[in-house]
Amino acid sequence: MVDIANRQQKTAADAETETAERKPLPRWVITLASIAVVLILWEIFGRRVNPVFGSYPTAIAVAFWDLAVSGQLGSALYESLRPFLLGYALAILIGVPLGLLIGGFRVAEAALGIYVTAGYAMPLVALVPLLILWLGLGFAVKVAVVFLMALFPICINTWLGVVAVPKTLIEVGKSFVAPDIVILRRIVLPATLPYIMAGIRLAVGRAVVAMVIAEFFTTISGLGAVIINSANNFDTATMFVPIIILMVMAIGLNWLIGFVERTVAPWQAEIAGRDRE
Amino acid sequence: MGEVTFLDVSKRFSLRVEGDVHHVQALDHVNFTVKDGEIVALIGPSGCGKTTALRVAMGLDPSSGGRVTVDGREVIGCGHDRGMVFQHAELLPWLSALQNVMFGLEMKGMRGAVLRETAEKYLHLVGLKDSQNRRPHQLSGGMKQRVGIARALAIDPKVLLMDEPFGALDAQTRESLQGELLDLHRRTGKTILFVTHDLDEAVLIADRIVVMKNGRVQEIMDVPLKRPRPDLGVVRGTPEFAETRYRVWRAIHDGSTVH
Repeated sequence: MVDIANRQQKTAADAETETAERKPLPRWVITLASIAVVLILWEIFGRRVNPVFGSYPTAIAVAFWDLAVSGQLGSALYESLRPFLLGYALAILIGVPLGLLIGGFRVAEAALGIYVTAGYAMPLVALVPLLILWLGLGFAVKVAVVFLMALFPICINTWLGVVAVPKTLIEVGKSFVAPDIVILRRIVLPATLPYIMAGIRLAVGRAVVAMVIAEFFTTISGLGAVIINSANNFDTATMFVPIIILMVMAIGLNWLIGFVERTVAPWQAEIAGRDRE
Repeated sequence: MGEVTFLDVSKRFSLRVEGDVHHVQALDHVNFTVKDGEIVALIGPSGCGKTTALRVAMGLDPSSGGRVTVDGREVIGCGHDRGMVFQHAELLPWLSALQNVMFGLEMKGMRGAVLRETAEKYLHLVGLKDSQNRRPHQLSGGMKQRVGIARALAIDPKVLLMDEPFGALDAQTRESLQGELLDLHRRTGKTILFVTHDLDEAVLIADRIVVMKNGRVQEIMDVPLKRPRPDLGVVRGTPEFAETRYRVWRAIHDGSTVH
């Protein structure tokens, strides 16, 4: 009894000194630990499943290696990325000005706002056959699908951002007799940047999904083709390779967008107090 | 020159409160003049129309009747003849202190080397020479409002319009900024119309005090304190200060004047 009590006391004292000296773990350490735990659990439980119904990390890694060495992965990735990047870039180039227009001008909001709100909820998959009739089965239709999926979150976020600009900041512009176009460019646009960047981030996920949908429903090509072909051959491990590549790509793009945001709008992170992380 | 005249200015607007439309008479035939080089304080309880009067003078809100003139010219919209200092400074958060001052100058059409020099000169004037590259969130409340004042002064307006400029500051910062404002006034000779809810501030700074209530001018009082007033602490101790303060207080509270 005494022994246990002593031991408990000791651990309590240890814990106290530990809390006093402990520095918070860096975020990347936590993230890596989380990934390691998930991979290990997946490996343990994935091995117990019939390889047709599931797979596990080491099998996927082997499949990745085979795909990469055969050159199949590189060409699929290239084939997928071209329409993806073009559609996504077009969505930014058109979505941001459109959102600024709708948010900034009453008439534009009343005339165009409903289409953007409706377009966000549009079941795009159902429209793919129609898009194929218009644009054929090739590159153009894939760009269009990615563009249509990514456009609306970017546009709506930009629009909401404009609406949220503090009225007093606009009055600062007015009181110094700034023309409307200058107020839009030098006050509304920078004040809206955090919203625009959030929209661009949200659109990454949608654009990736759109790319795969396009590859499933039009000419079967790119990473989508790898998914379909390996699924048809009951090669589940290979099927997971492009899926994981797409998820990793989304994380990478998200990080890149965050980096761009901190570069073009450093004040935002400073105001939120996240600049020291 | 810089004389501001309110001629029979009225302002009505409608408010929808729980489905009912209320008509608010924010300004009701307001008449008064701010003479060239004078400092006039607009004071009164909240909702008395003092901020509305300032906004109409700036041209941010149109009047429903009457007009405001600056040196005889009717105010229609905003103009470079008036410089506005906002209640919470309202600096553009993505610009440095210097760039914020430059923004106002650029809107006036200034370009090139003279733009930066002028902005630096005015930041120097408000004592922010060393902090010119900081962004607003890196400045204290008092420093932000100094930038706000520099931004308005830099465009060299005829009149400085200030909307409770020190209302959001702590007492000590407020006192030092009040002293600095008087110093700036002595050096630049600008006409100043400022809104405040602080009795002491009105008496310390103003030449005349316009007391407003329910959108009307209740009373216009002279402040019998000599200029310059280099030490506001000393001014606070004078019988004239105490007596004027009491008169303004009475005018605000029950409308009857004490002589």
